[in-house]
Amino acid sequence: MATATAAPREDLAKVRAAEVGPLRRWAPLIGVVLIVLYCLAPFYWMVVSAFRRPADQFSNKVIPAPFSIQNFKDVFSGSNGFGRGLLNSLIVAGTVTILTLVIGLIAAYTLARLDFKFKNVVLAIIITTSMFPGISLVVPLLKLFVDIKWINTYQAMIVPSLSFALPLAVWNLTAFFRQMPQELEQAAMVDGCTPAQAFRKVIIPLAAPGVFTTAIITFIAAWNEFLIALSMTNKKSIQTANVIISQFTGTTGRDQPFGSQMAAGVVVTIPLVIAVLLFQRRIVAGLTAGGVK
Amino acid sequence: MTATAPVAERPAKEPKQPKRQQRFNEGTGRLAAMLLSPTMLVLGLVVLFPIISALRESLYTSGTKLDENGFIVKGSTFVGLQNYTDIFKGEIGDRFWNAFYNTTFFTVICVVLETVLGVVMALIMHKAFKGRGVVRASILVPWAIPTVISALLWKWIFQADGIANDLLGTQILWSTEGWQSKMSVILADTWKTAPFIGLLVLAGLQTIPAEVYEAAKVDGASVWKTFTRITLPLVKPALLVAVLFRILDTLRIFDLPFVLVGPHKDSVETLSMLAYDEAFNTRYGPAAAYATVLFVYVAVVAYAFVKILGADVIGEARAKKPGGGGKGRRKKREIEEAPGVAMGAAAGGGGV
Repeated sequence: MATATAAPREDLAKVRAAEVGPLRRWAPLIGVVLIVLYCLAPFYWMVVSAFRRPADQFSNKVIPAPFSIQNFKDVFSGSNGFGRGLLNSLIVAGTVTILTLVIGLIAAYTLARLDFKFKNVVLAIIITTSMFPGISLVVPLLKLFVDIKWINTYQAMIVPSLSFALPLAVWNLTAFFRQMPQELEQAAMVDGCTPAQAFRKVIIPLAAPGVFTTAIITFIAAWNEFLIALSMTNKKSIQTANVIISQFTGTTGRDQPFGSQMAAGVVVTIPLVIAVLLFQRRIVAGLTAGGVK
Repeated sequence: MTATAPVAERPAKEPKQPKRQQRFNEGTGRLAAMLLSPTMLVLGLVVLFPIISALRESLYTSGTKLDENGFIVKGSTFVGLQNYTDIFKGEIGDRFWNAFYNTTFFTVICVVLETVLGVVMALIMHKAFKGRGVVRASILVPWAIPTVISALLWKWIFQADGIANDLLGTQILWSTEGWQSKMSVILADTWKTAPFIGLLVLAGLQTIPAEVYEAAKVDGASVWKTFTRITLPLVKPALLVAVLFRILDTLRIFDLPFVLVGPHKDSVETLSMLAYDEAFNTRYGPAAAYATVLFVYVAVVAYAFVKILGADVIGEARAKKPGGGGKGRRKKREIEEAPGVAMGAAAGGGGV
């Protein structure tokens, strides 16, 4: 009898597996392989092209035959100021992330915890602002920044970037705060904390994963920004990596220097890809905010 | 002795009780206003102010001009609605309608392709038990690559003697004017965002309880019927919001055609590119007019989408009203997922 009660589940699984047949059992796996290929093949092509010798640039072999890092050397040695561009990207995206988190954290906590009259209006306003087309913000700001001599400054890139980063961060953080039980603060307040202390000493440490995920997502969004960075600058020394790569002239001139552009693309993308691989679970949870749990 | 005095005073204080309660509510409102003010202030400065000043700007024209006495006038002059009427006339009109058509074309084709592909991907991922981690990681790669880099990457792939022509056995000059450059933009955009829609739909799929499917099986529903009658209606809220954000994102498409094909190409010029071009040449008046037209277009599409299809962007509104406070919150969790998905979709767009 003991075997009879333990076995059914396994048996059932076997029966089901036999029922669906080999095609339907393998179909999802084949589908998975196709999806992975679809997502990674173009990226792989970028990496492969970057590791070719500039002379073999137009070779279409799947593996770079004589492996070479010449393209990477070109990217950093030439007069294109790519290294400086990376630093500028880091400064702009980093500042945007920090500013957004500091400002957005308080707003998100308020929206998640306090009950007040125009809460839905505020939520609607915040989500609406993220729908506005970037160009309709950039055109008037460009004229303003020309007038107040902000062109070619970091703040000219940082301030407009808040328009998409702040709503993003507020929404993400609001979702995280909502998932935390309200009893946490109540317990803290019973123990004699003021609401502000409860927020600082209990909520912030517990919300760290959420804040961290929001930071990554915001940073990636700011790091990938192009239109603002392109419009607000015209000097190489202040441009971000994205803008500089798009305007590469290369060391040989004439043709578009795809080899060094691919190498630069790899340099810009690899940190993001590593971050994505390391924190994929968190990022997915952050992007779908609650849907996964 | 001392106790009598407070007792005597008490009746006098009692009527004030309800007022105190009101004041408590007011206090919450004021606290909320105070805590929200930094965010609202920043958004007002970087979003509301530019929109209004674009409206104002679009009524002026800048640059040097001659007035009726032959004197050179510098700076901007008020021209009323001339910037707008110019948009729809003659050569400028042709350029505008072309950009308008391209923008709409890209939006419709890309969003349809991405949605179908994304849903298919989500269904596969939902069925697969092996290799989920690998898929999830690889699906995030196109999302994490900056649009500019992916544009360059696809430009390289679509090079005259590039890998695309090599694999297809064709000799197409992809980045020249014509249908092929449109195709390349659509392909690149779909590659970058379809997996992402898949990710969001997958999150929606995972909230559907298995019992629902078992019940359908017991009732003898076919695979197709199960999909159209159960899966689609249940992922619809998440899907609609994701699609809405993709639509709004593609309507403002700039980076991809700008880098992949280039500026001043009729085949791929979008409204954002047109406005950028005008602003780049310091014709702020017309640029602001184009930007405002795009803004209105986006607003109309968003409004129509929400009204007609009932996309619940602020799931909060529905979740809060019946519950009326913290207690209803947990029950309504499913509905509240929508805004999170929404922002995910917005994040996916990045700088497209």
